[in-house]
Amino acid sequence: MEDIITIVRLLLLISLVVCAIATAFSKRVMTALIIFTSYSIVMAVVWLLLRSPDLAITEAAVGAGVNGVLFFLTLRKLHLIDKDFADDEEGKIDEGVNVNEE
Amino acid sequence: MKNKFSSLLKEWYEGNLSFDDRMNSEPEKVTTIKEESEKKEIRIVKDVENAEQKLTSKGYKFFSVIFCVILAVVLIGTVNFMPLFADNNTPTTNEVYEHYVGEGRDQTGAVNTVAGMILDYRAFDTLGESFVLFTATCAVLLLLEQSKNKPIKKRETFTFSNDPIVCTVVKILTPIIIVFGIYVLFNGHLSPGGGFSGGSVLGAGFILFAMAYGEDNAAKIIKPSIIRVITICSLSFYCLAKSYSFFTGNEFNGIHSIITPGTPGNIVSGGLILPLNIAVGFVVCCTMYSFYMIFKRGRLD
Repeated sequence: MEDIITIVRLLLLISLVVCAIATAFSKRVMTALIIFTSYSIVMAVVWLLLRSPDLAITEAAVGAGVNGVLFFLTLRKLHLIDKDFADDEEGKIDEGVNVNEE
Repeated sequence: MKNKFSSLLKEWYEGNLSFDDRMNSEPEKVTTIKEESEKKEIRIVKDVENAEQKLTSKGYKFFSVIFCVILAVVLIGTVNFMPLFADNNTPTTNEVYEHYVGEGRDQTGAVNTVAGMILDYRAFDTLGESFVLFTATCAVLLLLEQSKNKPIKKRETFTFSNDPIVCTVVKILTPIIIVFGIYVLFNGHLSPGGGFSGGSVLGAGFILFAMAYGEDNAAKIIKPSIIRVITICSLSFYCLAKSYSFFTGNEFNGIHSIITPGTPGNIVSGGLILPLNIAVGFVVCCTMYSFYMIFKRGRLD
């Protein structure tokens, strides 16, 4: 049982490092945002394993929930998300995504 | 550079400057503004070169570098005088720890030692944190608020209210999240959690509700006046309650506090910890929710 817990801990810590590096090196802002949110979820589990459940609750609510929403709204306001789609469609903005604006 | 700044300041003072317009303006306009500012900068640089101000600008750079170096040396030198991390001879790892763990439960009445620490021994620290949140809300409101006469742009009104998956999931999840947030809030002195955790869970629940059902419907239930009243009341209650226990808690002036720790483990115990937890939780919840609303549509209602 101890071995399994150690392996899980190692996996979590490795995924933390991988997520952090991937956030820094991803070219699209939206991808970086999603990886950063997953980093927060892994961090919440790590806080739980480090025996601080209050921090785990806060991390799950703020880091994974509110932070991601606020980042998303900011990127949308700065027109950075549409740019990603525009790069994909070679200048055309994907109509399925921006169905509400006309 | 100085002229550019003063003209920006003048524009802002007269009310013509809107950050939102700048952000949403078309790229062509931005390039013209850029070119103009570049020309201005070149002109200013030429003026500086022609005048005798060249020397002062060099001196300015020189002294700023010297100031930074001195500041860095002083700060790095100060670090050497700080106690080593986890050093056995410092009070933070000896007396404080023993006092908090050994006598904290009897003195504060909180089973959760962390709650006893942050809301009783170091309550003014938490008061400062709550005011930081309040100030952050004010700053966001100042920067991003749009006037009421301005119609909300179509690109900022997208909702998930037509999506059956999101609506069903939110309908099931929102009550559970809010009840869990209230549980964490009210059990802060008995179980892990407290004001910040419970408040952020509550705020996340309200944000989820607003996202799924549209901000118009959410604003009908949670009005901006309610948010304002709750935040101000929580902060002033925190101030008054902690001032009371500050003046009555010591042994020198002869006034005895009527607040007792009670029996550790009961839901109504721990003196002021439970009401202070609720106050902090309300402030955090209102901050989260108003952040979302201001970021999304530029105003609270």
